[in-house]
Amino acid sequence: MSDSAFVQFSEVQKSYDGETLVVKNLNLNIGRGEFVTMLGPSGSGKTTCLMMLAGFETATHGEIYLDGNGINNVAPHKRDIGMVFQNYALFPHMTVAENIAFPLEVRKTYSKTDIQERVVKALEMVKLPEFGTRRPAQLSGGQQQRVALARSLVFEPKLVLLDEPLGALDKNLREEMQYELKHIHENLGLTMVFVTHDQSEALTMSDRIAVFDDGIIQQIDTPSELYEKPQNAFVAYFIGENNRFTGIVKSEKNGQCSVELDNGQGVVIANNINTKGVEKPTTLSLRPERVCLNPEVGSLPNIFNAKVEELIYLGDHIRSRVSIAGNDEFIVKIPNSNLHDQLSEGQNVSLGWSAEDCRALDA
Amino acid sequence: MVENVATTDIVKTADGIPLKISLAKAQRRSKIRGMMLVLPLFAFILLTFFVPIFDMLLRSVENHLVPDVLEHTTRELVNWDDRSGELPPEEVFAAAKLDFEKGHSERTILRVGRRLNYEVPGFASLFRKTARRAKNFESPYKEAFIERDKRWGEIDTWRLIKREAGAFTMSYYFSALDLEYSPEGNVNFKDKDSRIYLKLFWRTLSLSALITLLCLTLAYPIAYLLSTLPLRISNLLMILVLLPFWTSLLVRTTSWIALLQQEGVINDLLVGLGLITDDGRLAMIHNAMGTVVAMTHILLPFMVLPLYSVMKTIPPSYMRAAKNLGATPTVAFIRVYFPNTVSGIGAGSILVFIISIGYYITPALVGGTDGTLISNFIAYHMSSSLNWGLAASLGVLLLILVLMLYYLYDRVVGIDNMKFS
Repeated sequence: MSDSAFVQFSEVQKSYDGETLVVKNLNLNIGRGEFVTMLGPSGSGKTTCLMMLAGFETATHGEIYLDGNGINNVAPHKRDIGMVFQNYALFPHMTVAENIAFPLEVRKTYSKTDIQERVVKALEMVKLPEFGTRRPAQLSGGQQQRVALARSLVFEPKLVLLDEPLGALDKNLREEMQYELKHIHENLGLTMVFVTHDQSEALTMSDRIAVFDDGIIQQIDTPSELYEKPQNAFVAYFIGENNRFTGIVKSEKNGQCSVELDNGQGVVIANNINTKGVEKPTTLSLRPERVCLNPEVGSLPNIFNAKVEELIYLGDHIRSRVSIAGNDEFIVKIPNSNLHDQLSEGQNVSLGWSAEDCRALDA
Repeated sequence: MVENVATTDIVKTADGIPLKISLAKAQRRSKIRGMMLVLPLFAFILLTFFVPIFDMLLRSVENHLVPDVLEHTTRELVNWDDRSGELPPEEVFAAAKLDFEKGHSERTILRVGRRLNYEVPGFASLFRKTARRAKNFESPYKEAFIERDKRWGEIDTWRLIKREAGAFTMSYYFSALDLEYSPEGNVNFKDKDSRIYLKLFWRTLSLSALITLLCLTLAYPIAYLLSTLPLRISNLLMILVLLPFWTSLLVRTTSWIALLQQEGVINDLLVGLGLITDDGRLAMIHNAMGTVVAMTHILLPFMVLPLYSVMKTIPPSYMRAAKNLGATPTVAFIRVYFPNTVSGIGAGSILVFIISIGYYITPALVGGTDGTLISNFIAYHMSSSLNWGLAASLGVLLLILVLMLYYLYDRVVGIDNMKFS
């Protein structure tokens, strides 16, 4: 195992029914103080990984290390890992203060006054100093969320796990909590593992994001790398908006390749990232904001004629759906500024993009 | 109108009618319609439940027989001071002669004898003996009565008649509570050995408590299992829990007799295994143990269902959270899981306890002598001894007991917290 990893999954596999693997050969290192997000669609194995880390599921194969020690055989209550559950799991028969005091009381190493002080401090940290005597049912969703967070932090765990904690909040509150979580992470220097299926949440908060699909980490990278340089078609599709073409690689040269589109509508020069070689199928990925409207002839390697099918006004930009090279789901984002021509539906335009921005990925 | 709303205390609608009246008017039709739907059930319950109960309540204090039949005697007895130490005056005996004569021809006097026999044994025979000759009594009647039976010369005899001369009596309640009048007219508990009903109430309560406790101990793990298993399997198990509901109560009780009797399956098995000798067969039925075993089995579903419905609502994340926060499984159970099931425990326990307090058929069949409950004695007084007044007062006491427990439960746990499936 590597020395730098605080949490390490080593060749972890998990099966519930003995027939299919929910987690297939997971290797993941999380550094001390890192904020790592496990992102993926439901059923991709991300929550299972979190549950194995917390000790509620046992790995079928492989070993999980925490701070250098294997924890496969350590009971959940001895792991000292804080966790915020999806629906907070606040105990309804205890007040907010009792909830927060619970992890301290069961440890039996804290004195009564010490517990009281820590509870007050924890409530202040999550900005709910007046709410100690209330019951969880008397709090709003956002307040319950904060209490759950305070409860998972009050015993100063080395590691905090967050299982889709913001899923039940409305949009504004969710964004506010994202920043607060981020600040707490920075201030306390904690290691946090966050599970979500919301990509914007993952992009805002994480140091690194592990994109899960089908029990495998498809790519683990910083948010910007993940967005700018997806390594395969799933990541490109899952993170952000994305235009897709499918085709056959015809030639490769200097990290670039020319791809003949499947529908015979032309050849695209693309950045060769992850193709299987000449004459093999590939998926081309292109971000809508990297498409240039009416470029000068010859200025870009890929220039196609297109027809505007639909315009959606979104304030800061206009989203237009165009048909281009036989693909009528092609999206272009046009900034709402005077520098750009006004488009109208049915209009014929030309669109171009650089070979660098168009990434040739696996099929 | 907006200013009007702001300045006056009573909120009014646009036409100036107070909002509450308008609201009531608007909702009246649907309220009446709703009441009409409930009416048949309400009438049914009133006629078949509340009216008989009220009638029963009356029977426990009603005492028309004595003043009706001994009409003249009771009127004359008013003037007699039962503490004077002297027998009633001649007028009373003369009135008694009249009443006995009339009662004999109308065949009502023996009923009074039976009635007073409840209070003091021997009165039935005294009345029968006296009534047969009453029309031949000659003045002075006092001597005639005493000559017929010397008990007429005892002050206690007349004290009793004077005491029971009213249209209402507490004597049924006194017997139901094992109270008696001392010769001085005070109310005391009977001797320890002759107390019947207090012992019976105590036995009923303690056996019911034991049955409730056994049900709880057995039902808690079952309900937990049901609530945690996948739905497909838990539904199957739930059918097994409910199966006894679909079997006749008599069949279930008699099958326990087949299992537990001296020549029954369990005794045969124990003898066969050499654990007990053939002479030492265990008495497990027709005693308190039979009642407890059979009733625990019969009432178990009433405990499982409320517990299950409460446990079903406890998310598994509570236990996970508790463990994650550092609690051992035992501590997590005691501090987090158990407190959340208290409402189910309360609902199940009060249900089982109240049902078993009034249970009749199973103790009647398998209870023997020391496993019968208060309801069996109520039934006995209703159908065998025909002392309906005592049966009624025992029933009323049982009702009061249940209501008191219910009130206590409401104060401690809260009826609103009660959850049934």
